[in-house]
Amino acid sequence: MAEETTHPTPAEPAAAPKAAPAAKPASPAATKPAAAKPAGHAAPKGPPLATLTPELVQLQQHFGENVITPAPYVGVLVNDLNKLREVMTYVRDQLGFDMLANVTAVDYIKEGYIQVVYHPQRSKGGQPITIKVRVPRGSDPVAPTEVAVPSLTPIYAGAEFQEREIYDMYGVRFEGHPDLRRILTWEGFYGWPLRKDWHEPYYEGDTKPFDSRWPGGHHQLAEERVPWADNVNYPPGFDPLNFNANPDAGLYDSMLSGVPHAQVEPNGHAQQAPQPKGVGAAVPVYDRNHNNLADEEELQTDQIIVNMGPQHPSTHGVLRMVVKLDGETVTDLKLALGYLHRNHEKIGERNTWLHNIPYTDRLDYICGIANELGYVITVEKMMGIKPTERAEYLRVIMAELTRIQSHFWAIGFLLNDLGAFYTPALYFITERDLILDLFESVSGSRLMCNYMRFGGVSRDFTEEQIAHARELAFDRIPRKIDELEQLLTDNEIIKARTIGVGYLPAERSINYSLTGPCLRAAGVPYDIRRVDPYSIYDRFDFEIPVFYGADVYDRYRVRVAEMRQSLRIVQQALNQLDQTKPGDIQAGKKAYNHRVPAGEAYGRVETPKGELGFYLVSDGGQNPYRYHVRSSSFINLNSLKEMVVGHKVADAVVILGSLDIVLGEVDR
Amino acid sequence: MGLMGTGILKGLGVTLRHFIDTYAEDLKYVLNKSGARQPRPLRRQSPKNKGLVTVEYPRERLPLPENFRYVPFLVYDTEKQDDKCTSCGICAKVCPPQCIWIVRTEDPVTKRPVPQPKEFYIDTTICMNCGYCAEFCPFDAIKMDHDYELSYYPDQEPHARLVHDKSRLTKPDTYHASIHPTDWRRELEDRAAEEAKKKAAAEAKAKADAAKPAGGAAPAAKPAPAPGAARSSAPEPDKPAQADTGKSSSE
Repeated sequence: MAEETTHPTPAEPAAAPKAAPAAKPASPAATKPAAAKPAGHAAPKGPPLATLTPELVQLQQHFGENVITPAPYVGVLVNDLNKLREVMTYVRDQLGFDMLANVTAVDYIKEGYIQVVYHPQRSKGGQPITIKVRVPRGSDPVAPTEVAVPSLTPIYAGAEFQEREIYDMYGVRFEGHPDLRRILTWEGFYGWPLRKDWHEPYYEGDTKPFDSRWPGGHHQLAEERVPWADNVNYPPGFDPLNFNANPDAGLYDSMLSGVPHAQVEPNGHAQQAPQPKGVGAAVPVYDRNHNNLADEEELQTDQIIVNMGPQHPSTHGVLRMVVKLDGETVTDLKLALGYLHRNHEKIGERNTWLHNIPYTDRLDYICGIANELGYVITVEKMMGIKPTERAEYLRVIMAELTRIQSHFWAIGFLLNDLGAFYTPALYFITERDLILDLFESVSGSRLMCNYMRFGGVSRDFTEEQIAHARELAFDRIPRKIDELEQLLTDNEIIKARTIGVGYLPAERSINYSLTGPCLRAAGVPYDIRRVDPYSIYDRFDFEIPVFYGADVYDRYRVRVAEMRQSLRIVQQALNQLDQTKPGDIQAGKKAYNHRVPAGEAYGRVETPKGELGFYLVSDGGQNPYRYHVRSSSFINLNSLKEMVVGHKVADAVVILGSLDIVLGEVDR
Repeated sequence: MGLMGTGILKGLGVTLRHFIDTYAEDLKYVLNKSGARQPRPLRRQSPKNKGLVTVEYPRERLPLPENFRYVPFLVYDTEKQDDKCTSCGICAKVCPPQCIWIVRTEDPVTKRPVPQPKEFYIDTTICMNCGYCAEFCPFDAIKMDHDYELSYYPDQEPHARLVHDKSRLTKPDTYHASIHPTDWRRELEDRAAEEAKKKAAAEAKAKADAAKPAGGAAPAAKPAPAPGAARSSAPEPDKPAQADTGKSSSE
């Protein structure tokens, strides 16, 4: 929303004079020894957020001076960028952290560096470890960093989109990245939106609450503040009237020529992909008997680029899949994201801690409760508080009902993608709506529940609501899941369309940081409720369903099986609910101006889509200093290309449906 | 795996059952002459329903649960003939998208703030219906509404329609009581308890004053809206503002 009125750079690189500032030396602060801890982010006053785990100790012993832990500090810092790949290879191969859960960056503007934070984890389970590197942020607010971080894509394929996101949001260059382009904003966006010195148009202040609202708050309609008014700073030399952007030219050319997209130069501009462009010459062409026709010189075929989306129901939102087609077969795929980008993380850093809870509902808007849970348990971790017993049970009931309704939705729309237009989808939406009725009567809203609070929940269940939940959990939903299986599981058409489609084996899935039902369908029993239990999940008797086909059919079966397991959890939680005290839903005093002790935390939950992580940094104030969302939908899309290439166009739609993405979470 | 095609037939059986159920359910309703008929929206959205689930919206409406929240309104105290709002500004501070603008009233003589809003705007194009303002208001002066139809005709002044000003926002507490009966009951109980407490405190103070004439006055609870404390119930930030019940729409 905020970026729409900012100022695109002209397509030609020469227009923005950035070469001169880029040559300036880095700011003096950046050359400070790494041990100098930022003043504002010093000793956490609360409970210790993380101790040095044995793995980190081992890492330090192995690498000695290159891996340091300036105290007080979460995780370790690799102070030699050239060693980063070596360290991460060691972490992956020797320590067994085979999955890069999260990569993000924090702009420490006062200290003059940007810190890139890695959270590798083991697919066998346990907590992630924290590894950091620092790059000087440079003096030019528009140019990317002069120092490049070695890209981890050769080690963890799952780093690709995340590193692109860091490049897009912070201007940190990654050396050796296969496709370092902007990902959420467009090619030519002016500036780096998550840097602390970047301001959106109509910028009011760094943090809410804004002073203009009270006591003398005269309203001004937002629409009256138009882009051609003041408060918009165009890049030097930019003429909006003669702006003619073609940001996708490079993308298409690189796909057609097969040459990787141009590397980004230190001046911040992608160079045009090298020629030749147009026709893909080196692609083999087959006849119907799979004989290679390339040398017969008779059939001259072209490969074509087709944009699927962004306005198409099969892409589940405003996602654009740029596919290169050989006949009907997909030979290459790239994603154009960011149509729903509203700089959620920047908004989150303006907000107070409490303000963010309703915003997390808008991430993955199908399962808002799960997002809220992830956020509040991360903040509770930093604040060192625990919710009351009853609140824990209510959270689990709501979160598991969310999982059920989200899987109903995912399966219904997977069938839509398969061509069973809306009959199965509507059957399941009916059931989903009954769950949403409960959400509405409890929280006041069907999707944007805003139900969780730090240390509790906003409202208790009444007797009628418990009865409603019991009726759903013990009677209606179990019957309907049986019916769903009867309708779909043995259907021969579904099997023919889905078995073996979208195959991605377990080790590739892990390398791609794939999480959620898709990973469990590849035979990896990775579910955060079990491997790193949060809330009160350790009290319930449930299983983690795993299938081994790693294809669309098994992703469907995992979801069905998970719904049954979620029902078991809801049933147990409802049975145990009367052991808790009614009305006791908030630990401590209900407050709106929370102050979170300085420090950082990475908290995660298992949402219906996969691992949702929140990386939060507090400087002790009312607002998060850094608010990062590790979005499972976004990172799961990383592996889409490998799943889709070689399949037909119609299967590409189905494979995307089996990933079950929500664009609100992808684009943030 | 059985015979090829049995899976499809099984699935078709499910759709056939659904097809028949839609008629059977309606037939059951039509044949029920007992007079104890549920209204159709309630029946169709109940977990017991097997048939159609749709209602014909503008003609039929689903009953809203009490907790349902849409853009807020200001409560007008019909008993005291006054706004409940003291313009303390908490709602403007907790508002995540910052859509509340309040101008405090100033006393024309002393220039000190009077606990009453002079102007109060809520930009409903920005409001995200999170309900924080109602939840954290210590005076029960702002509540979430049940009116979800805010569209307007183009010849109406858009500024007046989508940016709700004080006159548009203010609704009587009888309206609040009608849509939030449980919440209202809780408010009345709290107010009664508060009055009783105040009365007891006053009596105790009178006794103490009589015993010790030089006794110091109790400090005011809130410095800014001090006169407001007399007008409405005292803040209770530790008590969840909406720990109320709501009748489920599907029951």
